[in-house]
Amino acid sequence: MTKSKTVPVTGAQPTRRDALKTLALGGGAAAAMPLWARYAGAKTSEPIKVGFQVHRTGIGAAYGRWYDRTTTAAAALINEQGGINGRPLEIVAEDDGTDPKRGAEVVEKFATQHNCDIGFGTLFSHVVIGSAPRAGELKLPYFVVSEGHHVASGMLNRYTLQPGITDVKSQVQAMAPFVAENLGKKVTMIFPDFAFGHDHRDYFTAAIEAQGGEVLEHIAIPPTETSFTKYFPKIPRDTEVIYHVMVGPAVLTFVKELGEFFGPQRPEMFGFIDSLEAVDIGSPGLEFLDGTYFWEGNPRYAQEDQSEYDAFFRERVGVDANGASVSDPKDVSTYAHMFGCWETLHVVKAGMESAGYRGPQDRAALVEAVEAMTDMPHSNAHPQGAKIFNGKTHQVFGHQYITKVVDGKLLLVHTTSIEDTFYPDEVDYTTQAL
Amino acid sequence: MMGGMQKSLLLHGGVLVVLFALQFVLPAYHHGNLARIMVLASYAMGYNLLFGYTGLLSLGHALFFAAGLYGMGLAMSQFGLSAGIALMVGILLGALVGAVIGALALRTEGVAFMIVTLMFAQAGYLTVLYFGAYTRGDEGFVIAQADRVLLSLDLSDPTVRYFAAFSVFCAVFIMCYLAVQSRFGKVLIAIRENEDRARMLGYDVARYKLAAVVLSASLSALAGASYGLLFGYVGASFASVQYSIFPLLWVLLGGAGTVLGPLIGTLFMFYLIDLSSGITTAYMLIAGVVLVFLTLFAPQGLMGELRRRVWRWLP
Amino acid sequence: MDFGPYLMLATLEGAVTAAVLALTASGLALVFGVMRVVNVAHGEFFMLGAVLAWWVTHILGGSAAFGFVVALIVVPVLVGLLAAITDMTILKRIDYDPERTIVATIGILYILQQVTLMTYGPDARPVVPPFNTRIALPWFEFVDGKISLYWPWGLSITSYKLAVIGAAVLVLIGLWLLMTRSKLGLLMRATEQDRDMALAFGIPVERVYALVFGLGAGIAALAAVLIVPIQQAHYLMGHDPLLLSFIVVIIGGLGSLPGTVLAALLIGLSDGIISVFFSPTLAKILATLLVALVLVFRPQGLFGARKA
Repeated sequence: MTKSKTVPVTGAQPTRRDALKTLALGGGAAAAMPLWARYAGAKTSEPIKVGFQVHRTGIGAAYGRWYDRTTTAAAALINEQGGINGRPLEIVAEDDGTDPKRGAEVVEKFATQHNCDIGFGTLFSHVVIGSAPRAGELKLPYFVVSEGHHVASGMLNRYTLQPGITDVKSQVQAMAPFVAENLGKKVTMIFPDFAFGHDHRDYFTAAIEAQGGEVLEHIAIPPTETSFTKYFPKIPRDTEVIYHVMVGPAVLTFVKELGEFFGPQRPEMFGFIDSLEAVDIGSPGLEFLDGTYFWEGNPRYAQEDQSEYDAFFRERVGVDANGASVSDPKDVSTYAHMFGCWETLHVVKAGMESAGYRGPQDRAALVEAVEAMTDMPHSNAHPQGAKIFNGKTHQVFGHQYITKVVDGKLLLVHTTSIEDTFYPDEVDYTTQAL
Repeated sequence: MMGGMQKSLLLHGGVLVVLFALQFVLPAYHHGNLARIMVLASYAMGYNLLFGYTGLLSLGHALFFAAGLYGMGLAMSQFGLSAGIALMVGILLGALVGAVIGALALRTEGVAFMIVTLMFAQAGYLTVLYFGAYTRGDEGFVIAQADRVLLSLDLSDPTVRYFAAFSVFCAVFIMCYLAVQSRFGKVLIAIRENEDRARMLGYDVARYKLAAVVLSASLSALAGASYGLLFGYVGASFASVQYSIFPLLWVLLGGAGTVLGPLIGTLFMFYLIDLSSGITTAYMLIAGVVLVFLTLFAPQGLMGELRRRVWRWLP
Repeated sequence: MDFGPYLMLATLEGAVTAAVLALTASGLALVFGVMRVVNVAHGEFFMLGAVLAWWVTHILGGSAAFGFVVALIVVPVLVGLLAAITDMTILKRIDYDPERTIVATIGILYILQQVTLMTYGPDARPVVPPFNTRIALPWFEFVDGKISLYWPWGLSITSYKLAVIGAAVLVLIGLWLLMTRSKLGLLMRATEQDRDMALAFGIPVERVYALVFGLGAGIAALAAVLIVPIQQAHYLMGHDPLLLSFIVVIIGGLGSLPGTVLAALLIGLSDGIISVFFSPTLAKILATLLVALVLVFRPQGLFGARKA
């Protein structure tokens, strides 16, 4: 972890104090004030513009819709509480079509046309990797919510950060102890045959071997596939646990066909909720999932010991206790991922306030301020749980949740410690020029 | 006739001068866009050589674009070659792939040619995914800013990038302009108009067609390698079917068989999506409607219509 | 799993793929055969079929079987009508020029996709199958020189998947009869053979074209309704069926119906069976190259006599 740096905040002090005062009044009181009064303390009431790179079309659209709703809710909350440094937050959304080429163009548009202060919100890894070089060249702080290992692997640059969601490497390796102790040591992995799946393959295989287990078979499914049964006979007979992770519109087919293949005699199953994100667990054909286990970034169903922060988050975003939209119970959210948008915006707010951010000239100071962060306590700003940010690798680390399907609901059975998710640093971005 | 020649020289030279001059007046965003458009238009021009002039409709040009992109990218990431040499590797790989695919696919014609090129490109796309250990599959990889240096010029600098894109565009543009007016180009057009007659006139049609495929593939690879080098990213989406359809679309929009058409088509499509996405999230809808209307009211593409109605001398 | 049962499972799964593919592709083949145009939006008519099937079953509610049967009847008609209208308003005006048709249908593809995204949304939604029982299948082995049956782990199919194969066969037979035995089929074939001659004989070619275009899209939609209880309705699902149908139509010999069905079987089965021997992605690469090479060395398609 980086030591805390002193960040110059010249000229920004009054603004901050005013902002804090506004905060102290509480969200409700602030909301009751007229708009001009809320931002009156700021030297300028020019909004802080956040360029939101959203997957409205293309393969990521189901995630994009919920990333959009969560971001809108977070921005509304931050504005009710007085904005950032007393300035309102404005979300400038642009569709990237879930395409890396368009993604890079959108980042350019944020920086050079919309004059955004930062870029934010990208999910799909290929869009992140396609866009990040441009963000680095344009010196636009680029806050991604992708859970890819690309940031912490050192592939990207100093202007790209992932402070609101953990990465796949830490998620995957933290699962191995639970799987080995509770489900079995002989594992067969089924994953999509592209980079995201390969990360699962590499990190989980290493992690389960460290637990004295082994992976009997790796079954990589081509990403264009729409029917899956033909691959399942490759599962060895002595498999104790199936580890599955699948993404894209065919996920439900995949899980259904897995159930039809095994019939009454299935081994233990452990899956990443990506296999069923935005899909109703009660969908026809999924009954066999009862008694299987899932990784969840954030438990979709409100648990018995639900934190007040989770309740607050659900209410503000408009999600019910089953993880579906309050206006349409069939509209299931991407609950395991979307909290990342909420938390990232709060990190941006905290970073801008500690950097005394005034405008694009302070972008470097913002990056340094976020790099200086370490502990992020469980709170309304971090409803998924406490986190620790690593300023060198630009990656946040946090608790992971394992839930079990019981009567068609996902019940929490295990929470990993944050330490379970640590791995040695692979990069030190702070040595790169700003 | 002479007059038409001069006018045409004036027009095409003028376009180059305008493109060169625009960099001094354009705001940053459009400055960056135009650099992209010039590289993509080079891709479209490479495509047009085969489709517009030779009459061969390929649905697999993404393979050639990707050959350049990955040839360049892997040369740098796996073998640590410098940008200039990697660019050459990309172009050569494109030419090689073009020669192999050309030799096979040219045994077919018409719709079968479309499908064969499509299938080869699909196999190429899957191959990129299959060798994920080197290519990082769909995620792709970044070419570090520090390595993107050509002749000690930093290609990530906006001015240099614009100039580099302009150079690539110029090279391809002038080459196409000269090629289609040369004997080689006239033979290609003759093949497009009537293959049997070209054969009867004593031309080795098969050799000309193969040469056209290799040239077209090399230009596409040049565009692919340049795109990766200038914007720092190599990814599998550039090898997908979509990127085979794009050049076809740009060329048809701008006007197949015109030298300026690919640039106009690329420019039009880029800004159509960029501007309409500012107004509505349904920009694909607008793009779709515009495409339908263009086919209804400008069937030969924008430049094709212009040639039909005003500038009959347009090459 | 042992080799024998594995191969049988791959074959069964391949047969389901082949059945749906044969339907989708015969729609495309019909359009290509009669009208000589490539309909790039064909996959989107397939997608619309699946999405509308979800709407119909969703609105009707009630028993799964009832909603599904209604969808099976109503959806292909709706999609066929839409396609016929498209034909009359757009394709007719561009005079079925091959290149312009490609651009126009790409435009239609964008429009249909975006409208679906705006109304139906980005989710993949399931349709409940009217019936769906898992059927475990036996395999044989030699015990002491005698054949005995046993039930290998995982060797099974569902009743619905079998029904899909059956339904596809019935529809294809119907289509075959329509083309060869009915007056309508005669008109279509006459138009296919020689458009000008057909016009001269007073055949309403324009109406035949609209009908064929509608019929082709309707068959694709029907295939989608059949598959949607197995796969889900999603606004991007038209991409793969389009590519595969294309391939099947070409391999099958451009517009020949029996050829198309045979090619669909070949493609559907080879995809499943090659995956037995190689890693999945490698299998896909090999299957793709195989098809390409077949075309290279037999450009008229495997079953076609006509020159491409």
